[in-house]
Amino acid sequence: MINFFSNTKVDKVGIEDRVSRISKRSLKSDAKLDGLKMILSMIDLTTLEGMDTVLKVQQLCYKATHLHYQISNLPNVAAVCVYPNMVKTAVDALKGTDVKVASVATAFPSGNSTLEIKIKDTKEAIINGADEVDMVISRGKFHSGEYNYVYDEIAAIKEVCGEKVRLKVILETGELGDFDHIRMASEIAINAGADFIKTSTGKISPAATLPITLVMLETIKDFYYKTGKIVGMKPAGGISNSKLALQYLMLVKETLGPIWLDKKWFRFGASSLANDVLMQIVKQQTGKYQSKNYFSND
Amino acid sequence: MSERIKVLKTYKIFIDGKFPRTESGRYYQTKNNGIPIANICMSSRKDMKNAVAAARKAFLGWSNRTAYNRSQILYRIAEMLETRKSQFLEELVLQGWTNKNAELEIYKTIDRIIYFAGWADKINQVFGSVNPVATSHFNFTMLEPMGVVGLITNEETPLLAIASCIIPAIVSGNTVVVIASEKAPLSALTFAEVISNSDVPPGVVNILSGSKKELSPHIYSHMDVNAIGDFSNLTNDEIKLTAVENLKRIRSFGASEISNDNFDSPYVIKDFMEAKTTWHPIESGFANSNSY
Repeated sequence: MINFFSNTKVDKVGIEDRVSRISKRSLKSDAKLDGLKMILSMIDLTTLEGMDTVLKVQQLCYKATHLHYQISNLPNVAAVCVYPNMVKTAVDALKGTDVKVASVATAFPSGNSTLEIKIKDTKEAIINGADEVDMVISRGKFHSGEYNYVYDEIAAIKEVCGEKVRLKVILETGELGDFDHIRMASEIAINAGADFIKTSTGKISPAATLPITLVMLETIKDFYYKTGKIVGMKPAGGISNSKLALQYLMLVKETLGPIWLDKKWFRFGASSLANDVLMQIVKQQTGKYQSKNYFSND
Repeated sequence: MSERIKVLKTYKIFIDGKFPRTESGRYYQTKNNGIPIANICMSSRKDMKNAVAAARKAFLGWSNRTAYNRSQILYRIAEMLETRKSQFLEELVLQGWTNKNAELEIYKTIDRIIYFAGWADKINQVFGSVNPVATSHFNFTMLEPMGVVGLITNEETPLLAIASCIIPAIVSGNTVVVIASEKAPLSALTFAEVISNSDVPPGVVNILSGSKKELSPHIYSHMDVNAIGDFSNLTNDEIKLTAVENLKRIRSFGASEISNDNFDSPYVIKDFMEAKTTWHPIESGFANSNSY
């Protein structure tokens, strides 16, 4: 049997202590401004609602490439993240830009479907032009101890994605329980071929938190030391203000190092974060506190 | 037995219905004849930012309440103040007021709250209007609250001023962020305790203590503040100009104006309201056909 997880136990007290020290720090002036712009470049601007329409997705794509009408030297966001049936719309809207199109797949958000349907779901997203696929793991199988199934499923989806399409594996940490489970699921996902591991769907509370992210970052670090391979990280859900996002950057830098401070290896899954970051950037530049009234709707 | 060491109360600030210390950790002492009276939070601009955010969040709920309900809550403030008269008296005297002046100020404050509370469900009857127009429209004007109002109180009548700035602003549905008197902040901060016990929803009133010079530029320039009521007479024109960017309305009141009984006027409420005129088409039907 392939050994695809290690039963490593997580030091809960240690994790929480690290995080509490990170969250007491704050960045100032130039470093803060650079950090804010870096956050923008790492955002997967997301809309995953039942009521998504073509126009809503087109509007989001426009926003992805036109973050603010006055501030110069702003990056585009990293990607736009949509449901599979909106991939074509997003691809058309983002033609000629560097913004990637990510599609959720595999019966998002519950993941409760057969492997055949999940594979078809993924294939369709890719045929329609998705650059990245965000899949969900089968949490039910995970809790029943069918780790092989979870592993095989991720591997099967990665096979569909191939080398060109990057696969983000959503663990849905809010449904996994304690840190040990999160560590185990992270290892299964990484060993099965995930390019990114991602905390949450955004549909379950709690979504991403700093301690959970740190547990996952530590897993990525151990895997890197063992194999030399880099795996990306994407916290998603609940990160809606700049201060918190900056703390995530600090956590990444200090756990994994500067290589990961790049949209290639680190993403934020968020919908309202971009506006808060923009408000902070304008505040930094003008010295005036800003109002939501003067920023586009999410 | 040795003499007991007196414990100085730290008067905390009031944000979103809670009483936090300033996030900056700074404090100052108010003194009377060189003797420290109390420890006071020296609020930072970040406290102010949090207070404005709380006020913004509370605005929709507060302005959507019925005028009648807002009025009942304001009456409640007056009732609570009445029962805590002695504490306010003690604090004003501690800050250098004579017994008589302190008493006068307290009574005036309570009466003023009652006066303005009564206006909640009457202001639109007086200032709203149905306007004659030439087309077949029903055209009417109603006053609406402006949103978040920044208030800076005075140093001369710290209790009367805090009530005089807060009550007319919130009676119509605005929410407020107040910078308390710097030298005599005790009354304002105890007033916050009264408000917190009077059914006023969290965030409707937020009260900060600290340096007016430090805080007022940030409230004047804050893009999410819709109007300023400046009772301090300290703010210079350069700071006031920063309010232009989001077209804030600025209304200044002198100390004598506040002490005067003429302050009890619905026009003070109107100062923090915006008129909305609606053109409502009238279905003319057969009447339009000139057949009769």
